[in-house]
Amino acid sequence: MTTATTTGYADLPALMGRMTGDEKHALAASSTVDVLWVLYDRILRISPDTVDDPDRDRFLLSKGHGPAGYYAVLAAKGFLDPDLLTGWGSVDSPLGYHPDRMLLPGVEISSGSLGHGLPIALGVALGLRATGRTEPRVFVLVGDGELDEGSNHEAIALAGRLGLDRLTVLAIDNSSASLGWPGGLVGRFAVEGWQTDTVLGLDHDQLAAAISMPHPDGPLAVVVRTTPKEK
Amino acid sequence: MTTAAQVQTEELSTTMRDTFAQVVNEALDADPRLALVLADISASMLTGAKERHPDRVINVGIREQAMIGVAGGLALTGLRPIVHSFPSFLVERPFEQLKLDLGHQGVGAVLVSAGASYDMAAAGRTHQSPADVTLVDTLPGWTIYLPGHPAEAERLLYKAFTGEDRVYVRLSGQANRQPYALDGSDRLTILRTGRRGLVLAVGPVADRVLAATEQLDVTVAYTATARPLDGAGLRAAALAADQPDVVLVEPYLAGTSAYLVNAALDNVPHRVRSLGVGRETEVRMYGSADDHDAVHGLDAAGIHASIVSFLR
Repeated sequence: MTTATTTGYADLPALMGRMTGDEKHALAASSTVDVLWVLYDRILRISPDTVDDPDRDRFLLSKGHGPAGYYAVLAAKGFLDPDLLTGWGSVDSPLGYHPDRMLLPGVEISSGSLGHGLPIALGVALGLRATGRTEPRVFVLVGDGELDEGSNHEAIALAGRLGLDRLTVLAIDNSSASLGWPGGLVGRFAVEGWQTDTVLGLDHDQLAAAISMPHPDGPLAVVVRTTPKEK
Repeated sequence: MTTAAQVQTEELSTTMRDTFAQVVNEALDADPRLALVLADISASMLTGAKERHPDRVINVGIREQAMIGVAGGLALTGLRPIVHSFPSFLVERPFEQLKLDLGHQGVGAVLVSAGASYDMAAAGRTHQSPADVTLVDTLPGWTIYLPGHPAEAERLLYKAFTGEDRVYVRLSGQANRQPYALDGSDRLTILRTGRRGLVLAVGPVADRVLAATEQLDVTVAYTATARPLDGAGLRAAALAADQPDVVLVEPYLAGTSAYLVNAALDNVPHRVRSLGVGRETEVRMYGSADDHDAVHGLDAAGIHASIVSFLR
């Protein structure tokens, strides 16, 4: 088994290559993998040994489709055995085409249906606040297509009004929303009092800098503009 | 039966909704694990709790999808969320959130609705939700309480608050004149014993069932726990009569629990009649809850007529 200490970003394509059968979501997987890598490699205070630590950082994959990149990063970081990747989607595998937190330790939420991760992330941030856990940050990854779902807009407004300063949204914008977002995604967050930043492309240093930006007065939204999805 | 027809819902000095406000206030003070999520409904009744526990009383505004999602997230951090609204907006509008943000995440919560079925008859169809229990029952792992009296509501709310699982507590403006189940168990209570069959009353319909069966030789059983339904108790009560004929009286969609009655009497020839809110048509009518009961045959006279026509 390849260990976490020797597996790096360069190994991710090989790990992702072990998962076949979900080509429909291949682009979703590739559009998220760099952001996931930066999170797990540089940002998140979490390891395979701390998946139940109440003071861990939380990462919620809301855009649960195309999780090949997610599983590859989890495998590279030692959260799961890389040999599990090959059998994903099979009857006895804990890895499905959408992740299930009850089957795979380290996965914070079960996702797949769009528009659920961000409202849940608000609850996690509020729960941490209510229990006096001021250190953990809560990150949630959404897509521009996913933001069509109205539940996200309940959550965007609510997070701003409640000043959830431990919450960060990473919004992958690969122009997959059928009807587009005139004026861009970022304004939807900014108008609700979020601190915002836009990163063009997938440069790891730029991503890490944006995600690490202090946002003491409210939540942070980092919009990551990537290669548009072909329609 | 004129006496039966005259039995209508009593106006209680304390409603179940008042009881909820009082109980949740006390419980939030006593148990730091509890959190309350509101979507404006009843928020004005709970301003004191909000002031005392600003981090654990969260009003999300008129955002019912976020209300359930937030509850799921709170539960993921170890809190016990209590979520409250009218049933239309607590169960029906965010139904997928019940399925995914609670059930699929494997977390618990206590959902407490007020304004059952057509309690708010004059408000019209938008504020009526006789299908709520039926819908929640399609999801695995839910306990469902229908207290028939504020005193039962108090006991069941505390029981729900101290648990870990997913609980739906359905509070109604209709109530029985007295509590019939205060032992805190989920077992049926036998209110009357007879020979010709079993009538099971769920929650606030008990007084109407008692009035409807006053002159009939039937067993009347009561439960405020719709799920899990006490199948063993139901079977024992049904088999104690001369024939296992069961009339199910539920103040929500007719037949919602019929499959469980059939399961309880699985290997015994038996008959079941299901009384409840009719499924066939939308009753496009305002008025009062009593008016709607009459339409659905859930007033004492209607229940009496149905039982008489069913019994052999």
